[in-house]
Amino acid sequence: MQLSGNYQTSDAIQGSLIDLHRGDRAILDGIDLPGEEARRLMELGFLPGTQITAGRSAPGGDPQVFQVDGSEIALRRETARRLKVRREKVAKPVQTPGA
Amino acid sequence: MSGCSDCQTCAAATVPFPGPQTAPRTVAVIGPPNSGKTTLFNRLTGLRQKVANFPGVTVEQHTGVATLPDGRQVQLIDLPGVYSLSPRSEDEQVAFDVLTGRREDTARPEAVLLVLDSTNLSRNLMLAAPILALGMPTLVILNMADDLSRRGGRVDLKKLSAELGAPVALIAARQGMGIEQVFDFLAGAMPKPEPKQLPVLQDVPKCRAWAGQVGEQAAYLPPIPPKWTRRLDSVFLHPLWGALIFLVVVVGIFQTIFGIAAPSQVAVDRLMHGFGNWIAIVLPASLFRSLIIDGVLGGVGSVIAFLPQILLLFLFIGILEDSGYLARAALIADRTMAKVGLQGKSFIPLLSAHACAVPAILATRTIENKRDRIATILVAPFMTCSARLPFYILIVAAFIPKKQLLGPFLSEGAAAMLGLYALGFAMAVFTARVLKSSILKSSRTPFLLEMPSYRWPTFQSLGLRLLDRAKIFLHRAGTIILLVTVIMWAMVNVPYTNGHPPKIEDSMAGVAGRTIEPIIKPLGFNWKIGIGLITAVAARETMISTLGTIYGMDPESNKHGLEAALHNDLTPGGAVALLVFFAFAMQCISTIAVVRRETGGWKWPAAQFAYMTAVAYIGAFAAAHIIH
Repeated sequence: MQLSGNYQTSDAIQGSLIDLHRGDRAILDGIDLPGEEARRLMELGFLPGTQITAGRSAPGGDPQVFQVDGSEIALRRETARRLKVRREKVAKPVQTPGA
Repeated sequence: MSGCSDCQTCAAATVPFPGPQTAPRTVAVIGPPNSGKTTLFNRLTGLRQKVANFPGVTVEQHTGVATLPDGRQVQLIDLPGVYSLSPRSEDEQVAFDVLTGRREDTARPEAVLLVLDSTNLSRNLMLAAPILALGMPTLVILNMADDLSRRGGRVDLKKLSAELGAPVALIAARQGMGIEQVFDFLAGAMPKPEPKQLPVLQDVPKCRAWAGQVGEQAAYLPPIPPKWTRRLDSVFLHPLWGALIFLVVVVGIFQTIFGIAAPSQVAVDRLMHGFGNWIAIVLPASLFRSLIIDGVLGGVGSVIAFLPQILLLFLFIGILEDSGYLARAALIADRTMAKVGLQGKSFIPLLSAHACAVPAILATRTIENKRDRIATILVAPFMTCSARLPFYILIVAAFIPKKQLLGPFLSEGAAAMLGLYALGFAMAVFTARVLKSSILKSSRTPFLLEMPSYRWPTFQSLGLRLLDRAKIFLHRAGTIILLVTVIMWAMVNVPYTNGHPPKIEDSMAGVAGRTIEPIIKPLGFNWKIGIGLITAVAARETMISTLGTIYGMDPESNKHGLEAALHNDLTPGGAVALLVFFAFAMQCISTIAVVRRETGGWKWPAAQFAYMTAVAYIGAFAAAHIIH
């Protein structure tokens, strides 16, 4: 995982997508998956630097829906674990209209 | 539409458009999944569609003819929904091959209709890069204009068109709004695209940055998130209510198919019967009459009888899919299915297989992962389909005493029936596990499921889909069943001597039954059951009619009815063995045909038939030797 100097690493909490609770937002840092799989995820909007919001999940918490680049994509935990993210501040719940 | 001002000059320079008698122009329709590509395709072509598989692969090919206002015809190819053109999945490979003219069976299209979801334009535009790079005349269609404006989004079409160097149309395919622009394009001169710039196609981040830039130049304002989708998801994906609603939907579908399909099946049966009686009056008694009534009507009738429940099932799947709930159902079911090595999208096909394996196998089309799809196809026929029911009921009634097991709630007969359901299910789970941990070990594509916004299904889309399925079912499965029943009919009537059919044991069918008797003797079956098993290879229900015919010819057994005749002719061990054999064997020519069609060859159906027959034989052998 490489962070460029533009980011304030001191405030950032690093982890993976499975650390996010519903409504938490984070910035995608990198995808720890082989090229082809990472590419497929990137085509769906999971690009490094993109903001991801954790959404609802199936009963039991797996798979979980993530809001990314204007759409909602469900990932299994085994995949979500490989998506490394960074949160700028302490996560606060996001206002989801109607929810 | 911009770009049209130049068209005038191009049009003057081009060769006059060929008349309708020559081969029509071919135009491909492409777009990401959930962009409303198929809705537009249906709008443009209506009922003039053909569905087939691309030979060699499991990807479905929809072609249709659109008639332009001036009467000319354009052939449209509906390509599978793809996120990119880099050929990795089978869908992308087909899209890529068709667009570049590499498929010999499909003419290279002259132009492309690129359908994008206008409510998520920035990401959708990523697909525009590889499409425009092909250099083919392209119309960029921004679909779901109604959603875009309702949710406060907007885009400058002129500027977008200038950026992409291609005409752009904003439409709402479901309402038919703006469709005339598509016709204008199809009728026009179709200029080649001249985009201001294109990104390096292999670099996804660069493509996304390019798409974002184009959107920015076109003053694209994304709409606010769909309020109703969020509201509905707070119910449908609620940890408690979501699970309950899921169960209600599943049980409801199951119940309705059993509740409504059975009477409608009886009605179709009666209709065929009535038709047969009418023919019996009109035609004199002859070999020809027997062929029509016992062969053709019997064969076609046994197929048509399944049509109501197949259409019903597809209506449900259509509503679930079009409304957006199917993606949620797949999400909820995923964890349970993952335990067997399958995934959420396998759930609906396996549920449907309890009605009939044929629509279930067609329903596996929603599974993009090829290995998961084949595994689902291979285990689906183990589910207790409705064609097994009549025979189960007959044997259970003949051999299981009518005793109550749990007071008035559960009789021994009902318990036996439940046991048979469990048996099929258990074997499906076992087989899925074996397959998924060996030859069909999951390819490494991660499970990804896009959650579309909820929408109302339209009658047009549901109706077209049902018509499609009815046509495919009647044509493909019908021709094969018909052929086999006619062959079976002939085998019962050969050698035909002195104007009379032979005694059943002397007929070709009887000889065949006695030939296989040594093989089935260890299972406790005699040659009469053997004939039944041979005919049941075509379709399970024919077992009953065959046994009815065979035992009906013997005056002694005819007196007491089929139930008593079977009771006398089979040991209890043989009866259980027969049930086990029916639970496991792949006795259904329609299923074999549909597996061949869906997997694109004989490899899988042959392996499946061999495996299921082996399991059935071993299971029946074990049952016959354990129970005496």
